[in-house]
Amino acid sequence: MSRTPEYRRNLPGTQPPHLHPAYASSIKRAPLQPLVRLPHTLSEITGPVFGPEIADVKAFDLTRQHSGEPIGERIIVSGRVLDENARPVPHTLVEIWQANAAGRYLHSNDQHNAPLDPNFTGSGHAVTDSEGRYRFVTIRPGEYPWGNHHNAWRPAHIHFSLFGPAFATRLVTQMYFQGDPLIPFDPIFNCTDDEKARNRLIAEFYWETTIPSHALGYRFDIVLSGRESTPMETHAHGEKS
Amino acid sequence: MSLPATTWQTVGPFFSIGFSWLYRDNLAAPNVSGERIEISGRILDGDGNPVPDGIVEIWQANSQGKYAHPEDPQEKKVEAGFTGYGRVPTDVAGSFRFTTIKPGRVPGPDGSLQAPHLEISIFTRGLLRRLITRIYFPDEPSNAQDFALNLVDAGRRGTIIAKQIDVRPGALEWNVVLQGPGETVFFDV
Repeated sequence: MSRTPEYRRNLPGTQPPHLHPAYASSIKRAPLQPLVRLPHTLSEITGPVFGPEIADVKAFDLTRQHSGEPIGERIIVSGRVLDENARPVPHTLVEIWQANAAGRYLHSNDQHNAPLDPNFTGSGHAVTDSEGRYRFVTIRPGEYPWGNHHNAWRPAHIHFSLFGPAFATRLVTQMYFQGDPLIPFDPIFNCTDDEKARNRLIAEFYWETTIPSHALGYRFDIVLSGRESTPMETHAHGEKS
Repeated sequence: MSLPATTWQTVGPFFSIGFSWLYRDNLAAPNVSGERIEISGRILDGDGNPVPDGIVEIWQANSQGKYAHPEDPQEKKVEAGFTGYGRVPTDVAGSFRFTTIKPGRVPGPDGSLQAPHLEISIFTRGLLRRLITRIYFPDEPSNAQDFALNLVDAGRRGTIIAKQIDVRPGALEWNVVLQGPGETVFFDV
């Protein structure tokens, strides 16, 4: 009798479908066959472990990666990584990437006619602390046009990539900014049916992390899949993975 | 107390800015035990066009079937120089390549053993969330009893079994077809 305590499946509507025609790039890339539901085994409840030693301790500050300071509005983006059982996810890797203040990525495929910033690369990473907290210092990314449809503009956003404790808990998402007028028109933001789920991608302005005379704070908490039953309950039931 | 999981968003076209620092196309240091393999392939879209802005992430056990993870309860040794994690981008031709060792068998449901496999995540512009699949090995007798392969229609199993491509030992090919005829099997995990 070995039943692996699974990670939870997502609630209906809270995750995007693979095919979302309003996002044109999904049309030829979304699989059309139904996914095969896979019960979780040891292969899915384990996953890559990155100790604190992997992280460059300076990589949390995207404003200090070059000799000069980047152009733009300095911001502090911080929050907690939790699981669905509201437990912190400690010591897990968080990666971010973003456009510069002018809305231009440091990438050869970004042809937007806006200046690159020699003092801004736009990538960072950090490992959460024992309470699941992370913190980045960066500049507010600019909005930018893209070719999805006529007069299409992406709202300002920061890409986030997280691993969590297992292969099953991987998450890649985007963080948006409270009050951005482009958000309601963005097909990528709108790809998830559930309005509350979408709105949780919008970081709120946060006085507590705002540094006087220096930088505005934004708070973005992230929730990864959690266990169906907590390890403690699992133990009480005499199950072992 | 229960919180809903954060919703996925696409990696978009510029993920290399954030991902490249952790690219790993060789998962096994020279001292790591096991049969060396090189897996190469391409990611193709629904028109058969290459996907030049994709990422393949790999998660696997070592040659003894042990995961380098605290929740693997097996009394087998983790090996220095082998974390089991890889991350490789596709190039302009949609091609990717990585080298590793063939994993051992790991426990499956109800006391069974799974056939050797790699856990794979695919990320590209246009994918609103990752696609999850597995790579199995050719000429592997245990494939016939593998519970996950047996969840898949027999006619589609071949899409997640790598092929021996030439006489070089361990040279394997595995292609990803995102959509349409020959579409790769993807799992709901």
